[in-house]
Amino acid sequence: MDNFLLQLLLFCTAAIIAVPLARKCGLSSVLGYLLAGVVIGPFGLSLMGDVESVMHFTEFGVVMMLFLIGLELKPSLLWRMRTPILGMGGMQVVGTALVIGLIGWFFVPWQTALVVGLTVSLSSTAIVLQTMREKGTMETSSGRAVFSILLFQDLAVIPILSILPLLALSSVPGRFSSGEAALLDISSLPTMWRVVATLGAIGSISVIGKYLARPIFRIIAATRVREIFIAVALAMVVGISLLMMVVGLSPALGAFLAGLVLADNEYRYELESDIDPFKGLLLGVFFISVGASLDFLFIGHHLLLIAALVVGLLLVKGLILYGVGFLFHTPREVRSYLAAALCQGGEFAFVLFEFSRSNGVLTDKVITPCISAVIISMFLAPLFFMLQERLTGRSGNEEQQREADAIKERGARVILSGFGKVGADVGRFLLSTGIRPVIVEPDAGHVATLRRFGFEVYYGDVGRLELLEAAGAAEAELLVVTDRDPEKARALIALAREHFPQLKIAASASDRSAVYDMMDIGVSALRRETFGGAVELGREVLVRLGFRRYEAYCLTRLFRHQAEAFLPKLYHAHRGQSTAEYQLLYRRHTSRIAALLQARGENNVGQNEKAWAASRGED
Amino acid sequence: MEHFLLQIFVFFVAAAIAVPVAKKIGIGSVLGYLAAGVIIGPFGLSLIDNVESVMHFTEFGVVMMLFLIGLEMKPAVLWQMRNSILGLGGGQVLVTTLLIVFVSVWFLPGRQALVLGLILSLSSTAIVLQLLKERGRYDSSVGRSIFSVVLFHDLAVVPIMALLPLLAPVGTHASVQHGGLVDISHLSGGVRFFLTMLAITAVFLMGRFVTRPLFRAIAMTGMRELFAAASLALVVGSSLLMMVVGLPAPLGTFLAGVVLAESEYRHELESNIEPFKGLLLGIFFISIGASLNFELLWEQWWVVCLLVAGIVVFKFVILYLIAVLFRLPASERGYFSIVPAQGGTFAFVLLPFAVQSGALPPLVAELVLTAVVITMFFAPLMVTAWEKFVERRVESKEGADALSPRGQRVIIAGFGRLGTDLGRLLISVGIKPVILDHDPVGVEALRNFGFEVFYGDVTRLDLLEAAGAAEASMLIVTISNAEKAKELVELAQKHYPNLEIAIAVDDWRVVYEMKDLGVSLIRRETRDSALDLGMDCLKLLGMHSYEAFRLLRMFKHQDLKASDELYEIWREKGEETFISSFRDHNDNLAALLQCAQTNNREEAGKGWASDKIIRATGSRPDDSPETGG
Amino acid sequence: MNKILLLLAHPAFGRSVANTALYSAVEGMEGVTCRDLYDLSPDFFIDVKKEQELLLAHDIIIQQYPLYWYSTPSLLKEWTDLVFEHGWAYGHDGHALRGKYFMQAITTGSEAESYTLGGQSSMPLVSYLAPQRATARLCGMHWLPPFVDAGVHYESRAVLAREGQRYRRLLEALQQCSQLLQLAEKYQIADGPVPEANALDRDLLKGELNG
Repeated sequence: MDNFLLQLLLFCTAAIIAVPLARKCGLSSVLGYLLAGVVIGPFGLSLMGDVESVMHFTEFGVVMMLFLIGLELKPSLLWRMRTPILGMGGMQVVGTALVIGLIGWFFVPWQTALVVGLTVSLSSTAIVLQTMREKGTMETSSGRAVFSILLFQDLAVIPILSILPLLALSSVPGRFSSGEAALLDISSLPTMWRVVATLGAIGSISVIGKYLARPIFRIIAATRVREIFIAVALAMVVGISLLMMVVGLSPALGAFLAGLVLADNEYRYELESDIDPFKGLLLGVFFISVGASLDFLFIGHHLLLIAALVVGLLLVKGLILYGVGFLFHTPREVRSYLAAALCQGGEFAFVLFEFSRSNGVLTDKVITPCISAVIISMFLAPLFFMLQERLTGRSGNEEQQREADAIKERGARVILSGFGKVGADVGRFLLSTGIRPVIVEPDAGHVATLRRFGFEVYYGDVGRLELLEAAGAAEAELLVVTDRDPEKARALIALAREHFPQLKIAASASDRSAVYDMMDIGVSALRRETFGGAVELGREVLVRLGFRRYEAYCLTRLFRHQAEAFLPKLYHAHRGQSTAEYQLLYRRHTSRIAALLQARGENNVGQNEKAWAASRGED
Repeated sequence: MEHFLLQIFVFFVAAAIAVPVAKKIGIGSVLGYLAAGVIIGPFGLSLIDNVESVMHFTEFGVVMMLFLIGLEMKPAVLWQMRNSILGLGGGQVLVTTLLIVFVSVWFLPGRQALVLGLILSLSSTAIVLQLLKERGRYDSSVGRSIFSVVLFHDLAVVPIMALLPLLAPVGTHASVQHGGLVDISHLSGGVRFFLTMLAITAVFLMGRFVTRPLFRAIAMTGMRELFAAASLALVVGSSLLMMVVGLPAPLGTFLAGVVLAESEYRHELESNIEPFKGLLLGIFFISIGASLNFELLWEQWWVVCLLVAGIVVFKFVILYLIAVLFRLPASERGYFSIVPAQGGTFAFVLLPFAVQSGALPPLVAELVLTAVVITMFFAPLMVTAWEKFVERRVESKEGADALSPRGQRVIIAGFGRLGTDLGRLLISVGIKPVILDHDPVGVEALRNFGFEVFYGDVTRLDLLEAAGAAEASMLIVTISNAEKAKELVELAQKHYPNLEIAIAVDDWRVVYEMKDLGVSLIRRETRDSALDLGMDCLKLLGMHSYEAFRLLRMFKHQDLKASDELYEIWREKGEETFISSFRDHNDNLAALLQCAQTNNREEAGKGWASDKIIRATGSRPDDSPETGG
Repeated sequence: MNKILLLLAHPAFGRSVANTALYSAVEGMEGVTCRDLYDLSPDFFIDVKKEQELLLAHDIIIQQYPLYWYSTPSLLKEWTDLVFEHGWAYGHDGHALRGKYFMQAITTGSEAESYTLGGQSSMPLVSYLAPQRATARLCGMHWLPPFVDAGVHYESRAVLAREGQRYRRLLEALQQCSQLLQLAEKYQIADGPVPEANALDRDLLKGELNG
């Protein structure tokens, strides 16, 4: 027990130190885990006990992961993206596997070469998605292409896991293939029956998932005992794995199927959030033990071989990806992005190598250099992103330039810049009162929508002096600034002040610091864009909590006036004093409002409301 | 591996069947686990083996439980209730222990009698709290008295655990504080004491100063499993540290829990440890059930009966006396005494612990355990009977306290720009919301501004639970991510149907999606400020303030009124019709507001422009309501 | 049966004991429409059309409020300003309210004795209701003397409950009364003395004209 706890503590500590550090350095969390493993492993501090068995045990995380992948897979999305997913993804995986298999055939038996090819054809979902998210390229056409290939790779793991044992050279009884006795052994049955049993198992998974899961979850959820729900979720994954083992199929396949069947279940989110931490911890420890199992002696002796492998891997994958992009008629920069983003090996490689090792498909002599090469390629991944960016210039899809609309209106009193969420309401209100502002909106797509809704909106960016002039700034009385981007808003206000000093300015600011920035420049009217909503929603909340409507109205009115009255003081403190003093003033202000509002509530005394409630004192 | 998986499968399935059944017949989940254990154990279907080692392993759930108990202990609350906790709770534990010792020394050696007394003096927190909640007495004054008694029990477990090994006969207490770890038992007393103090200080300092930046760094990565790892490391680390210096592990985790009770990561920690604790403890209870030896028990059935009667009668009498002593109102004394009159969950924890450390012989422990199970089984029945037959006359007088608006529980999910102002308003009014946010930097900044904000991902059920969603009356969602907000709303609606939901969203499409989900209180976050800005514009253009205000008010009301119709059209008729209705609606608004202006003040302002009236009516000015002109 | 529209105006109704006693005694009576104005228009926004429709649909209009600074709560004044529109309630074509009955139900903090000549407030209570009386007349409504519960500061819950019952009985009598017109004429403003508070109460419940 103590030993177990100590090991657990060790793993957890290593992870919580290494992963945030890795993330800080811009590396993926997977690499953080690997590093942690290297540090605590036999070539580092030698703190770990039995690496092999830990790895076996935590491999179960993969089963859970596939369950989650199944759960998250939306058939509609799959169908909509079928061309890129099946076409590009399929071609990439098959192509890479074949090419690497062919090259490898020169050195090792074809089965081994094929297995290695399949394994390294997969890229690192974790690294790529994280990088794309950080760089904001998810929604670009390159991003979508990358995403569909990754999705196919995720799915490809399942068939790969299933065919790996068939490619074994020697027959080592694997853990995941039927065998180990404790359970039923159906291998002795005639083939007929085995097929029936297998089909029966798969059938029962879908039947149970479809029809039984819902009532069961409902009963369990009704008990409101949280851990029972978790127990059931885990029991389900475990049970499916066991069933699959009995019929000699891959547990990962079963788990994936189960996830797929349960994807439209109303308890989907709960299942996901219950399994997720277990999967995360198991996989984390699995990666740590991969890191710990690296044989640095071997690597030291075969540096050249590994370097060659890395270069070969990156080249082959990169070229094939570029070729796939070419075949599917993608623009040039998308092709290079594909090649740069997906040319590394991925974390699935660890799983598949480990699986091949235990099934006797590959030997350590093959695995160690390959794993090292994969890891190194993963370390290099961020480099390729940067390189690609450098080469193609600022990547991404620049919005096509479009000329600003010619503004025909003359003599408007008000110019409204921005017709987004804030601007639309300001504009609608002003229009209703009969004032017709000149409305300028910098988002071309939005302008088209707005015109359909009947608003006369001009496309253009009033941040440019000519446009401001064209909008009639010289004759107008008021400029209303509602741009979301605080920098843009500030520039616009400064421009207007400089060139059209007669123009009054009303502005909305997205948050407190933007408010202070605008107060620096000086505007005639200023509103923080979510403040009113907060107060109004607060009023409704008070009513629902049982306050009388009028009382809630008075309380919120008082709050609003206090907050508005105090703003100048806060502003001066923010500009003139230290952060700590500003915070102190803010706290004092908040507690003063509280004292005021509660005095109102508890003593029944409004400003001069005493007499209304005076009849309380009668008894 | 397969064998391990199979065992897990059996345990989980047994729990999944037994617990809902137990809940259904009204006897708490703990008894459900025990029953599951009996069924799959050697006297049932014999599906599991190696019960001892399973029990030993899952014992760690107890350590986690004490960490969670520690987390719940807010020093301020404890201090505020110190009199009733120490008085009612302390008195009860002390007197009960003494009485049981006094009776049982006739049959057992003195030390064993003391162990027994301590263990039996504790009641079942889970059962008691559930009884109070079910019967709506949780917030009544009896409820609070009873609560302080069981709160003391929670606290008392820690010293009792520390005491147990000392009460074992010399030579037997090996198994608890052995170690593959550093062994300090050979050091001199002074050094050991010093090390012990050092360890406790270390836990304290860690909790106070190290965890915060650490948790923040981890939260920044946004990886949930890393936070789970950190929580586990914290619990495991502090318990290992205690083991090294020879103190019971639960003490360390309890301490760590108390230190972190005020931290912004409290709810997140709670929700991360809770499932592990729940599962471990559940299996622990199952293995207790499986380890019961029914043959022996059958032979000694009369002892069990005596024990059951003894526990219930002693506890009832002592609690009654204490109630008299502390001058509880006469009408409350009986209820106060009957509710905690049973053995507790802690007995299941402490009895195996006592057996391991050699403080009690296994047979005694089993007999006592069985007796405790039976008292727990009868507890709800006794309370029901009491309410039915004894208490009828006072019932009408008490009644559940009506919740005052300020006493209600509100959860704010998301504390960004809008959430902050909304939270300030509620706090100012005197409502203390539980505030959750998923941005570690923001949480820290807001704490500096004096807000009690907790870090956590609200779209997870465990965190909602930890934040008290079951007792809350309202959930206010101000998460800017629409997908997450929807997920949260669906989750909350499914699991807490009584929870009212208010939501701020950022555009009208989301408003409609929320209406689809049936949320009744939806507000577009920028709408009100935008309209206020519009009013400012009118003033800047020279309109009188009051007129600008009235136009704004009219616009708001009319716009709100139309929103439901527009939503219907959007749903039923599709986009084209919606757009044309929206345009019509805008035209109507314009007509209305412009009419209000030309008539000078809304429709009703007519009377105020006196010259017009005279012209229109031909009547004398004194016929009009205004005197000022 | 006469239909009654009861308009309650109390800015702190949740904490009012006297008005709660009165209001809850009559709330839910058949044929009586109760409207809590401060709850319906907390921000003083009044839906004029709707209010006018309600007025048209009823025979007797009762305004219930605590007397404060010898006048109505401000929302009731705003209500009157907006709802009694020119051309609708008064003026050349303003006949909408003609023939309806108008009554006030008032609570005061100080006792009835203070509303006498020489008392603390120096004038009879009904004198302070002159503006509303004149308003009713201008709109062609028949003014009825007010229901008054005076001195609520000093009343126990039991007394308040009794007042509530009295209020309810009065409303029932008003509903049933078939000769309201004659009764109202008795209180016409013309030249008679100012009627006493609760005169109606006395007249109706004593059965002088009832039935």
